[in-house]
Amino acid sequence: MARALINVPPKAKRGEVIEIKTLISHPMETGYRPKGDGSFYPRDIIHKFVCTLNGEEIFRADLYPAIAANPFISFTTVARESGLLMFSWIDDRGEAQMESAKLVVE
Amino acid sequence: MTAFPTARLSVVAVVCSFATAVAAQTTDGRRSGFLDMSPQSQALQKDDTANPAMLWVLDGEALWNAKAGRADKSCADCHQDAAVNMQGVAARYPAFSAEHNRPLDLQGRINACRETRQQATPFAPESKELLALSAYIGKQSRGMPIAPPNDPRLAPFRARGEALYKQRIGQLNFSCANCHDDNAGQKLASAVIPQGHPTGYPLYRLEWQNLGSLQRRFRGCLVGVRAEPFAYGSEEYVELELFLMSRAKGMPVETPAARP
Repeated sequence: MARALINVPPKAKRGEVIEIKTLISHPMETGYRPKGDGSFYPRDIIHKFVCTLNGEEIFRADLYPAIAANPFISFTTVARESGLLMFSWIDDRGEAQMESAKLVVE
Repeated sequence: MTAFPTARLSVVAVVCSFATAVAAQTTDGRRSGFLDMSPQSQALQKDDTANPAMLWVLDGEALWNAKAGRADKSCADCHQDAAVNMQGVAARYPAFSAEHNRPLDLQGRINACRETRQQATPFAPESKELLALSAYIGKQSRGMPIAPPNDPRLAPFRARGEALYKQRIGQLNFSCANCHDDNAGQKLASAVIPQGHPTGYPLYRLEWQNLGSLQRRFRGCLVGVRAEPFAYGSEEYVELELFLMSRAKGMPVETPAARP
């Protein structure tokens, strides 16, 4: 499955705004690229990204064909509680890539 | 990209590039293409969790430890820990191979090892696997000065590379030197012409949306001057790389770099 890189601050103070950065390998085939015979490479993009903390959704993004290959998604959240961050990327083939990371709030 | 040269913005840019200039600029005026990038692209390369090339490095690490071929050996079975034994290797390639009686670049060496030691089929040029392994091996030399071997057997090949560098070629009749020596720092359309030091290959080009080798870069330039590109893995490319690496001697390895 695809490689993903996740950057969560090692520790956060309660109430602090933290930045979470994610990067995943994906071709993000737009569906508009012609093959030699005039037909098109079928669209295959990650169309949804969701991040949950302890099961509760904290960030969601819809992605479209204009987004480059290997999408880099960075977002901020307020650190309220420690727990497990779950990241999932869902692509047009219905494949979901799941990754997790620990968030430590002091 | 924003283009409002307010005083504050340029101060920020100067501070950013100054901090990295230590690593990328030499006292003799040679500068890595890194310095010609926007601060945003520089930040991309400097952050290992934002640099897309690191995805290939992870793949390369897995390949390093994966058994392959009829010999059922992994790279690690012979070379053990890449972080120890591959340190500085990319900085001194291309190197002379007595077996082949010619210099091999790093990708050529990987494929030679694959054929003879692992008894596996060599990776295709620009294949994900070959790029991943060379990015992983290259990263072990990151920050080290480029150190071309002082091997007299390389001299004739390096001289041929230099001749090719200065040879006018293609329908536009340009040599590499016409742009990268005579007009480096000027603009070709909106892009700054770099000095052409291959410090960070294989690198992630945003335009390619992919990792690519130095040979892919050569092809791009050759097509640009309307010349017939050499085949991947050809001796011409290795000779050119030999010359460029001696030209970039002492500059730090940036592999895996990011470029626009």
